[in-house]
Amino acid sequence: MLKQFADYITYALLKLEPTSHLGDALNFFIYDTLKIFLLLTTIVYAVAIIRAYFPPEKTKRMLSHKREYIGNAMAALLGIVTPFCSCSAVPLFIGFVEAGVPLGVTFSFLISSPMVNEIALIMLWGLFGWKIALIYTGTGVVLAIVSGIIIGKLKMEKYVQDYVWEIKAGAGEIVQTTFREKLVYARDYTTELLKRIWPYVVIGIALGGIVHGYIPTDFVVKYAGRDNPLAVLVAVLIGVPLYSNAAGMIPVVQALVGKGMAMGTVLAFMMSVTAISFPEAVILKNVLKMRLIYTFFGIVAIGIVIVGYLFNAIL
Amino acid sequence: MEIKVLGPGCVSCFKMEELARTAVRELDIEARIEKITDIGQIAMHGILSTPGLMVNGKIKHSGKPLPSLEMVKELIKGEA
Repeated sequence: MLKQFADYITYALLKLEPTSHLGDALNFFIYDTLKIFLLLTTIVYAVAIIRAYFPPEKTKRMLSHKREYIGNAMAALLGIVTPFCSCSAVPLFIGFVEAGVPLGVTFSFLISSPMVNEIALIMLWGLFGWKIALIYTGTGVVLAIVSGIIIGKLKMEKYVQDYVWEIKAGAGEIVQTTFREKLVYARDYTTELLKRIWPYVVIGIALGGIVHGYIPTDFVVKYAGRDNPLAVLVAVLIGVPLYSNAAGMIPVVQALVGKGMAMGTVLAFMMSVTAISFPEAVILKNVLKMRLIYTFFGIVAIGIVIVGYLFNAIL
Repeated sequence: MEIKVLGPGCVSCFKMEELARTAVRELDIEARIEKITDIGQIAMHGILSTPGLMVNGKIKHSGKPLPSLEMVKELIKGEA
């Protein structure tokens, strides 16, 4: 149905030739934009209702005094459904640690929560299909579990800023909400999110159209194809500073895949965009000493690079 | 009545403070509004996601999206 609508606009209304470059690009653009926004609106709303049942306070309580392994696994899974914004990373970190959530378990949460988020999943699902979205989720969760376990084993508690250990917080009661309030929350969440990301999505899809129409395949295959062993590393290096623009990046990446970019490189790139960022490092400096921030970023980055090579080899 | 707005100084934290002030004004009640920006202090109040709103020591809201003005009024009235 969306296809017909896009066809109608480009070929009937604007009278562009289906064979022309512009007609093809515009048709592509309209179809993708409609599809993505339809997916974003419905799924973000549904996810937000689920999220309303997992406020961070509840997650904190569930993870408190959990042992490693089981705790790491729970934290990584709860990270998917607990709403998280890197702007709240500091109070969240303090709250977790103070409530007796082990450091490694806290990190499993901090890694999984921004990385396995609904926007990345919807964009991956809409543009690459559900299998890739599922692979992304699975590897994201595993990466969060393993990285958290390693950080836990390294016994880095002394690299948490000292004042954090002295904070004694109140019980932090959970704000009880009715189902109706959860629906209001979901609606507000969806509106706010769409308002924030729509320009990135539109620009991303437009850039994707340009890549689709104008960037030669040989060029992409040479630099981002599976035969270039450096591609994964470079993708991760580019991905780290591109914070929070996952929504805008995926359409561009999709067009690059059409031109021969390897899938493992794509996954590594997406993970580095969502999982680690410079602004997050600056925020975390409030609670972590540099050594722990480096370790955290280092372990996650190495993990992402491994994921990239692994999937380049098997996909 | 004692109202606390907790947030380190992000855009939505300022909005939250505005909402609280407007709500108090429109409800025409006596309330002291305190802004808490220190990150340790925020955590100490048990707020995990900012901005937070506390009325008489009880957490009434935390995190984004922000509640509507009507909702904030409800939350404050509930404690009056």
